[in-house]
Amino acid sequence: MTTPLTTWLTTDTPASRSQAVLGSFYRGGLALLRNPTAVVGLVIVALLLLAAIFAPWLSVYSPIVQDLPNRLAPPSAAHWFGTDELGRDILSRTLYGARVTLTIVALVSIVVAPIGLIVGTIAGYTGGWIDTLLMRITDVFLAFPRLVLALAFAAALGPGIENAVIAISLTAWPPYARIARSETLAIARSDFIQAAVLQGASTWRILFRHIVPLCLSSVIVRLTLDMAGIILTAAGLGFLGLGAQPPTAEWGAMVSSGRDVILDQWWVATIPGLAIFVVSLGFNLLGDGLRDVFDPKSS
Amino acid sequence: MSDPLLVIDDLNVSFPGRNGVTQAVRNASFTLGRERLGIVGESGSGKSTTGRALLGLVPRPGIVTARTITYARQNLLTCSERDWQDLRGRRLSMVMQDPKYSLNPVQTVGRQISETCFLHLRTSREDARRRTIAMLEAVQIRDPDLVYRLYPHQLSGGMGQRVMIAMMLIAEPDLLIADEPTSALDVTVQNEVLRILDDLVRQRGMGLIFISHNLTIVSSFCDRVLIMYGGRIVEECAARELGNARHPYTRALVAATPSLDFPRAELATVVRDPAWLQ
Repeated sequence: MTTPLTTWLTTDTPASRSQAVLGSFYRGGLALLRNPTAVVGLVIVALLLLAAIFAPWLSVYSPIVQDLPNRLAPPSAAHWFGTDELGRDILSRTLYGARVTLTIVALVSIVVAPIGLIVGTIAGYTGGWIDTLLMRITDVFLAFPRLVLALAFAAALGPGIENAVIAISLTAWPPYARIARSETLAIARSDFIQAAVLQGASTWRILFRHIVPLCLSSVIVRLTLDMAGIILTAAGLGFLGLGAQPPTAEWGAMVSSGRDVILDQWWVATIPGLAIFVVSLGFNLLGDGLRDVFDPKSS
Repeated sequence: MSDPLLVIDDLNVSFPGRNGVTQAVRNASFTLGRERLGIVGESGSGKSTTGRALLGLVPRPGIVTARTITYARQNLLTCSERDWQDLRGRRLSMVMQDPKYSLNPVQTVGRQISETCFLHLRTSREDARRRTIAMLEAVQIRDPDLVYRLYPHQLSGGMGQRVMIAMMLIAEPDLLIADEPTSALDVTVQNEVLRILDDLVRQRGMGLIFISHNLTIVSSFCDRVLIMYGGRIVEECAARELGNARHPYTRALVAATPSLDFPRAELATVVRDPAWLQ
């Protein structure tokens, strides 16, 4: 299967930078596809993305309109996964729930990576009392169990998706600060950072132009591995009523509402629970696969 | 020398450690005009630390003390971090030992060289690019437009060191410190890089401090030589007079140099005398 496209992608002598970049993506993708668990993870995450994007078209029923005569209906041809205690179609709610989950994951990633990078690189580069101060603050955050701390923040801030994102971010950044700091310690001692100092670059310039780009890759790998944890924390907050508020379809809240009827109407809690399980599994598998492919030390 | 560029009086650099204080440089004093000064000595004699102290780059927890360090009448001892940023690259700069480690692996050569332009000359992107390419030509890189876009791992050692020189000379500093600029290169490339460095320093009338452990290179390349031993400047002499040096350490170093004209079965070794440190 040597089409002109694959030969163009796998050439040893790329003619342009974009060709080289695309080529390395192609080779990385091939390596990823040779790893069966990674493929499973990729498929699950892709399905989640599709479900979130096409939720309005995939679901027959509205996720919030109640149908009280039909409440707690078992799975049938009309309602594949049954209905909940207010007669809402569980399949539709699960599909819409994917949107909430993805929103939380995306927002937490956007918030957490920069905080961790800023704290970690400043601590690692400046050293001295600033390093001690920042790292002890990080230790304080690390000392609490993650879910408990997130619960405390969510309870203090009040329930809601935005506050859940803030609460999760506040508890998720310390590992990133640690990673960024250790990478920075190694980079800051290297000669090319000294060379940048010699050129007259300011501390900020060195931090953001020279050190942050080099720390980024390990932070991104860590982030993909962390996504399952973020989903679980979000679902945990939802389950305890501190995440998305009704009538928004959110998996944790759905499991919670099915708890009362779990013995007689098992599907109400089981389906969103399965969704949480499958999606976290998917992110974990994909993260492992990505680490195997992109971390030269693991092979 | 009517008005020296650099005046150093009683420079001391020490590193406090678990086993007491290590004195890396002791009572070093010298002046430098627009000339080429060599500093030679064995490993650990404080040559590099002296160079770094002049740029305020002694790594933590090193302590620098001196009666005076002035550069063009500006007191370097009281410089703030902000003053240093203006000085480094623009007025003083340094070529480091190994181009493999002193160039940022994830930035193109062009971007790294033009960074100095942005920082000090505040030029436009177009102008910085033009200057960078001119500078690459000045260090005799054959295809500057191509090299501009390359990453450091795509360069040979000699090219890398020339890029490093370009990077440090583009803002036209008055004083360049070259810290063993050729020790990571092989002998043939060494001479080429040295010739380029020599030409550029001569053309621009810059001061140069050339740190090396290679006596032959220093004596052929510099006007004046300082010989360091155990953190102390043991002798200062004109490069041509190195053969007639008085200090026993210098004489021992000269005697230990192999020569094609007088081949010997066994080279002399340096026998150290603790009295040299007094």
